[in-house]
Amino acid sequence: MKSVKNHLSLVVALLSILFSMQVFFIVERSIDAYKVNLSNNYSVIAVSKKELSSDEFKGINKIISNAEELSPDSVIKRLTSDMKSTNVELLKLTLPKFYKLSLTYYPTPQEIKKLRSDLLGSGSITKVEDFSHNHDTVYKLLLLFKKVVALFAIVVLIVTVLLIFKELRIWQYKHNERMTIMGLFGAALWLRSAVLFRLAIVDALVASFLAFGVFMYLSSSAWVAEQFNNIGINVLIFNPIEDFLIILGVAITISILLASLIVLGHKEEA
Amino acid sequence: MDNVIIAKDLSLSYSNNETIINKATFSISSGSFVFITGASGSGKSTLLKSLFGALNPKQGSLVVGGVELNGVSRSKLNFLRRHLGIVFQDYKLVKEWSIEKNIMLPLLINGYVKSVALNQVEKLLKHVRLNHQTGKYPFELSGGEQQRVAMARALAHNPILILADEPTGNLDEYSSQLIWNLLEGANNQLKTTVIVVTHHIPKSLNVDYKHFHIEYGSIHEVR
Repeated sequence: MKSVKNHLSLVVALLSILFSMQVFFIVERSIDAYKVNLSNNYSVIAVSKKELSSDEFKGINKIISNAEELSPDSVIKRLTSDMKSTNVELLKLTLPKFYKLSLTYYPTPQEIKKLRSDLLGSGSITKVEDFSHNHDTVYKLLLLFKKVVALFAIVVLIVTVLLIFKELRIWQYKHNERMTIMGLFGAALWLRSAVLFRLAIVDALVASFLAFGVFMYLSSSAWVAEQFNNIGINVLIFNPIEDFLIILGVAITISILLASLIVLGHKEEA
Repeated sequence: MDNVIIAKDLSLSYSNNETIINKATFSISSGSFVFITGASGSGKSTLLKSLFGALNPKQGSLVVGGVELNGVSRSKLNFLRRHLGIVFQDYKLVKEWSIEKNIMLPLLINGYVKSVALNQVEKLLKHVRLNHQTGKYPFELSGGEQQRVAMARALAHNPILILADEPTGNLDEYSSQLIWNLLEGANNQLKTTVIVVTHHIPKSLNVDYKHFHIEYGSIHEVR
């Protein structure tokens, strides 16, 4: 019981750091996935005096992934009920070309602005409709969401660091006596600190495996998958190798840092 | 006989710079039993602390077991301490360790194999009459028993020198007698040098001892 209590305080503090970190990763991935989703549904309309190929558009700005010419037939049909077919053909020739431009990713408002000026500066394009108002609103909403989550993660991190520092003082008090006694009998620094580092590494492993278990469960949960499906995205919640290695690395680094601070702050008393 | 301790013009003080021991010169030969007495605050515990390197000399030279302690490096100090047995009035046992693990500490620090160390601990527990208390933790023992554990720990690695700071200060008569017997035994049978800081020298002691008295920062050899 006493041993469990010894470990619990650091394990809980580490878990909260690992959780906030992984939640931040999930939100990042969700936003990226949502951006891909948005970019698939978002396009810019450009009006050109002359015919332009998809490659010519790509040359104007690299963000353009494809240019599709829009047929003017439906517009002409409404205007030309009483016209002769030769006049209709003539009208077709005088009409500018309309293009729907698909983009490689969901751009920032600044990138939209640049795209617009690049297109208008190319010479042949006379008008660009970028639906910037809608775009900006969605983009700002995404940024706000990301900032809120980052802020939440930072607050959790600060609170946890404060908790860890409190824990550090308790550990310092608890281990100081043992380290002093060992020092009185000539134990080298590594031997005096070995128990502390062992405890720190065990706690880091426990916290990492607990986080692993929870996120593996979440990644296989149908309810969680449904929530992401509802907003039309598919997100990798937990990569059992990459994410676990990051979690393990962070947990071990924090624990070893904590143990090192205790060892460095150790003052021998006799 | 070789001297295990040689002090020359030794001055000791704490960080407030008040001199506790002033230019003391003395030596203690190997295998002797020494008492250091003095009034409270006279500096006897301070002197003992300097003997195991917990207090660096302010001036002069202090050589213990061939190691100069004035400006000693941590590695040399560790080396010296591995050959000392120290007993404190407040026992200084590791609370979260069993009594066996406490006794085993100097053995493991000195590189003994665990099985050999365990064997030695078993013998020591019998020697200090605590073999019925195996597996217990310090807080489960009386003060006298805890001090016997501390004695067993001090004897475990056959030290060249035992330093005891008022080892019977908190104990009843029976426990005190046991501690004196153990110190006597170490000195008589193993020829270990024993230095004891105390207020009272026990009357029923079967050793030929030396006696130093500290007064006003000076050390006088009384006997």
